[in-house]
Amino acid sequence: MDVIEAHNLHKSFGPVVAVDGVSIAVEKGGIFGFLGPNGAGKTTTIRMLTGVLTPDEGTALIGGIDIHKNPLGAKMKMGIIPENGTVYSDLTAEQNILWTAKFYGLDKSLREQRAFEILARLGLTGRRHDLVRTFSKGMRQRISIACAIVHSPPVLVLDEPTTGLDVYSRRLVIDTIRHMNEEGSTILLTTHNIEEANALCSSICIINKGKIVATGSPEKLKKTFDTSRYVEISFEQPVKRDVFTSQGIIRVENHGDKWRIFMDDPDLAVKYLAALAEQDHLKIVSIATSNPSLEEAFVQLTAGA
Amino acid sequence: MMDWTIFARSILMVAEKNMRIYYFKGPVVVFGLLFPLLMFFTFFIGRNLDIVLFFPGFLGMMLFFTASSVGPLITPWEKREKTYERLVSLPVILESIILGDLLAGAVFGVIITVIVCSVSVFILTLPLLSAGLLVVGFLLGSITFAALGTLLASPTTDNPSNIMMLSSLVRLPLVFVSGIFIPLDQLEGWQWVLTSFSPLTYLVDLFHAAFLGDAVYPAYIDSAVLIFVSLVFIGGTKIIQRRNLVKGI
Ligand SMILES: Nc1ncnc2c1ncn2[C@@H]1O[C@H](COP(=O)(O)OP(=O)(O)O)[C@@H](O)[C@H]1O
Ligand SMILES: [Mg+2]
Repeated sequence: MDVIEAHNLHKSFGPVVAVDGVSIAVEKGGIFGFLGPNGAGKTTTIRMLTGVLTPDEGTALIGGIDIHKNPLGAKMKMGIIPENGTVYSDLTAEQNILWTAKFYGLDKSLREQRAFEILARLGLTGRRHDLVRTFSKGMRQRISIACAIVHSPPVLVLDEPTTGLDVYSRRLVIDTIRHMNEEGSTILLTTHNIEEANALCSSICIINKGKIVATGSPEKLKKTFDTSRYVEISFEQPVKRDVFTSQGIIRVENHGDKWRIFMDDPDLAVKYLAALAEQDHLKIVSIATSNPSLEEAFVQLTAGA
Repeated sequence: MMDWTIFARSILMVAEKNMRIYYFKGPVVVFGLLFPLLMFFTFFIGRNLDIVLFFPGFLGMMLFFTASSVGPLITPWEKREKTYERLVSLPVILESIILGDLLAGAVFGVIITVIVCSVSVFILTLPLLSAGLLVVGFLLGSITFAALGTLLASPTTDNPSNIMMLSSLVRLPLVFVSGIFIPLDQLEGWQWVLTSFSPLTYLVDLFHAAFLGDAVYPAYIDSAVLIFVSLVFIGGTKIIQRRNLVKGI
């Protein structure tokens, strides 16, 4: 069953088309990554999905509830970390969490128990009575996530949750996202960090200029771009393009003193190049195979952004 | 389809947050008390006026300033601090935020003004003809002026000082053209017309009925005007804020 469904979302700000017909479906229990360069329309999509922004066109359902027809019902099922949102700096860490928990109707003992657990999970127990005003960016983001998960939401939506965080905070935030997913929350997160999406997400959708350009699991997306595998080699002596004559070669590119040999099977390419060097008495300075990466898929899909 | 329990809770939670963060802080309370007092004495001292006669006007002004003082700043402040984006992500709708802001302003206004009123009544040994009308006045007045506060908070800006200016530009004239400083029955012609444009006039008139029994309008007219004006303020707030929501600000 799809827990988050968006159909044909459109949003323009004056002449700027921010989101141009985005549809997504997030399966229950998954971690769905919304990946795209800055300005691609990720935040605008998230804001429409979470009922913060009214779409020009299209619908969004959270657990089957239309966010714009029944915003309260839909939002009760969600924990949200907006990109440009922060908790109250004039309240303490604990007060922020308790107030949010009350908002979702948790009773007093449950509120306190959850706050205690979550503060410990996010490494903030020692600072729980301090005003958020005194916190670093990483700590604020941890409090933000603490508030978003206090009611164990079936759906957790995070807009660039790790951008600009210190290593420690980032680690805690990612661990918490994984933990919530194991506990049964379906996750939707945006990021412009490809490695993060690759490591965390069960499914990814790449958005560029307001349009979805690819959807699939990270491995599947990489496969699509497997043809771009190559071996990069450089020789001590200058060589001409026509020395590379093997049958399996698809394409040869010259980059400075390096040659990129595109072949179906890079392992064979390495063997061939080694033989070639020996035969022509060329001395190899360096040789490396490229791994197909999500980054290549991403760069190709969002080229010209 | 609407879940009224969640809605009611969201209003209370917004109000609770406002009280804790914005209202019940030393400087805010002190300023809330001092400003109307100073304003009043500026006009009162040296003019040899009767305190008892002017007490309803003073009380009305007190409620006006306290209930509408902080409200205009909350939304612009939260937009600037980026807490607004998080607030709207919680289980709230626009009406929760508007009514929560209104409720906090009204409660703050009532609490401060009731304290001042009780002390004054005790010191000045003022007569009280109708406790019922006094309660109605407190209720309707605080709601109307807190609603004015939320309306003033609505224009698109994340700069609280713009709103502070706007707020003074709107609120001070409303005080000057109200029947606070000159009893209504001494006004004539255009002055009379002018005072009828300020909602404060009707609240002060209600207080006159409650304390001295010398009201100019019947109490039901005063009440009806105040209710009508609050609805207009709330409706206006909703329209402007809904537009902001579509524009993404
Ligand atoms: N409230 C707004 N008013 C005007 N333009 C906006 C607004 N919000 C976003 N945009 C524009 O919409 C486009 C998409 O922005 P955004 O959704 O924030 O992208 P992302 O989150 O992927 O970086 C950008 O060109 C941005 O300038
Ligand atoms: Mg963004």
